[in-house]
Amino acid sequence: MSNIKYILGHFDDPEVLMNGIDKLQKSNIKIEDVFTPFPIHGIENKLGIKRSRLPIAAFIFGITGTITAFSMVYYMLVHDWPMNIGGKPAFAFPDFIPVMFELTVLFCAYGMVFTFFYVNHLFPGRAPRVMDLRATDDRFIIAIDAKTNDVNAVDAVLKDAGAVEIKHNARKYISYDEE
Amino acid sequence: MSSHHESIIREPLITGTDITYNKITEDVCAPVERMPSKAWWIGFTVAVLGLVLWLVAVGYTFWTGIGAWGLNKTVGWAWDITNFVWWVGIGHAGTLISAILLLFRQSWRNSINRSAEAMTIFAVICAASFIVAHMGRPWVAYWPLPLPNQFGSLWVNFNSPLVWDVFAISTYFSVSLVFWYTGLLPDIATIRDRATGLRRRIYSILSFGWNGSAKTWQRFEAVSLILAGVSTPLVLSVHTIVSMDFATSIVPGWHTTIFPPYFVAGAIFSGFAMVQTLLLIARKVLNFENYITMAHIESMNKIIILTGSIVGVAYGTEFFIAWYSGVQYEQYAFINRATGPYWWAYWSMITCNVISPQLFWFKKIRTSIVASWVLSIFVNIGMWFERFVIIVTSLHRDYLPSSWAMFYPTWVDVAIFIGSLGLFFTLFLLFLRVLPAIAMAEVKLLLKGNSEMSKRKLIADGHAKVPEGFTNRIVIATTATIKNDKKDE
Repeated sequence: MSNIKYILGHFDDPEVLMNGIDKLQKSNIKIEDVFTPFPIHGIENKLGIKRSRLPIAAFIFGITGTITAFSMVYYMLVHDWPMNIGGKPAFAFPDFIPVMFELTVLFCAYGMVFTFFYVNHLFPGRAPRVMDLRATDDRFIIAIDAKTNDVNAVDAVLKDAGAVEIKHNARKYISYDEE
Repeated sequence: MSSHHESIIREPLITGTDITYNKITEDVCAPVERMPSKAWWIGFTVAVLGLVLWLVAVGYTFWTGIGAWGLNKTVGWAWDITNFVWWVGIGHAGTLISAILLLFRQSWRNSINRSAEAMTIFAVICAASFIVAHMGRPWVAYWPLPLPNQFGSLWVNFNSPLVWDVFAISTYFSVSLVFWYTGLLPDIATIRDRATGLRRRIYSILSFGWNGSAKTWQRFEAVSLILAGVSTPLVLSVHTIVSMDFATSIVPGWHTTIFPPYFVAGAIFSGFAMVQTLLLIARKVLNFENYITMAHIESMNKIIILTGSIVGVAYGTEFFIAWYSGVQYEQYAFINRATGPYWWAYWSMITCNVISPQLFWFKKIRTSIVASWVLSIFVNIGMWFERFVIIVTSLHRDYLPSSWAMFYPTWVDVAIFIGSLGLFFTLFLLFLRVLPAIAMAEVKLLLKGNSEMSKRKLIADGHAKVPEGFTNRIVIATTATIKNDKKDE
């Protein structure tokens, strides 16, 4: 048993999974992570995941876009080369708004998504840190560190909670290089 | 989110009685994992022939110049801008489905958003190709960008809607692309985990290493929601700005304040028609009938009738305001549209956009697949004519009667348009081959609350009662089964 690194509890239903998380937590078993094929509502509260700060990042990126666009248009049309268009003022603010809006959206979207990729270590070519292949198909998987927990006790709790399958993995992640 | 049970009187969004999470994966991945079918090869061959025609026609235009088209000094914009606006408009439905319906929590969007967004991206590519082509000198296509230049840094004119359009279209394309791709990551990961060998390696790179952990999903949801939030005003701004290309001019027939909302409604109208055209065939060929159901088709037809009616009211309003304004030029422009040499284009537009979609008031028609498809083609045609009418009939008789002219397309005009359809369908068919055409993760969310199975179970367990006289197809079928079962007992 000593070469088990991770215990994976497979569930086939999100509601049973949530009960499973409760039961494990009641037995003071620390959950390493949960892998699911789609987002489960309310799971972040159970696992104590803090609210994402991405919306704040999105706002800051967006406002950066607004300021960039305004500064650019102001510099070009008012400061650097004001044009006399029928004697109208060069600083025609309403005309600046469309470009300011577009750049706000552009900066916000790209800034936020690339922050998301950065914090989750998502980039093309990254080796997927997947513990079980069915987590992207039809299984809801709770991963528990086998080194710091009693394997038999964890197995018993998982079985009791309705896990359809319990796996003992000798390595943390699946190797995508082996065939 | 969706594990809550939904009222049984709502139409289920997943039909079939043997659907599991795994079956959704299998069904959606099947077209990507099997060899292409004969139908796909036939479609792809035709599309590639169109693409070749497009390359020839665009190449010829670049070689000889814009003189290859039927333009003259009176009608300086014709099929090029008609096609541009038509394609951009088509793209709008994808963003409406993926963004606006997400904000409104319309879960019927879940199974159609992926392909509709793909449609958006390919339609905007087609639209952009007309922008570049109509410049005549594509090698100076960077001129509308605010770059320091050899004219002593005479910057672009930010007072011009054409410059706004450059920003709007490129932002729209970029944001749609990133929205679409972020949503694809979990589904690409699903394909990756089912594949072997080289396919696994390719999809592994494309999946960015997605693993579906709780934290990743939480951030993913935050990102999706905010992208939807910023895409919603974005999509409205894009067609608003496109309409301002016309509305800020002084050409009678263009110079109207109604243009922005009227263009946006028209864009959504034509976009949904194109979604219908594509998906009614795709659901059949790819066996997606359990996920893109009659409820989806009916919902889209309802949006078509709504936006089609808005467009109809806009046509009427334009005419009324032309009369009410007392401006002779404006009045002439509109009377000329309906009764002048281009009367046939105007009445084709009215027939296809205002009259024929009204047939969707009949439930029989809006729940008929054949009728929906035929009417969607009508809308596509009608919306092309709308842009043609706005552009060409407004220009061809200007302030100076001595320069009045007609527009006759050359073979190059026709070939570029037909070719752009080839470009679009080539891209769309390749998309269906290599990427999951339905957002699996999002559809799986609906299985427990919004599917036919879950609703049948509610009725069978006695948790829900079917209202007297209610006509939901599934409900009727289910109550009939229960009654029969009771008789047998």
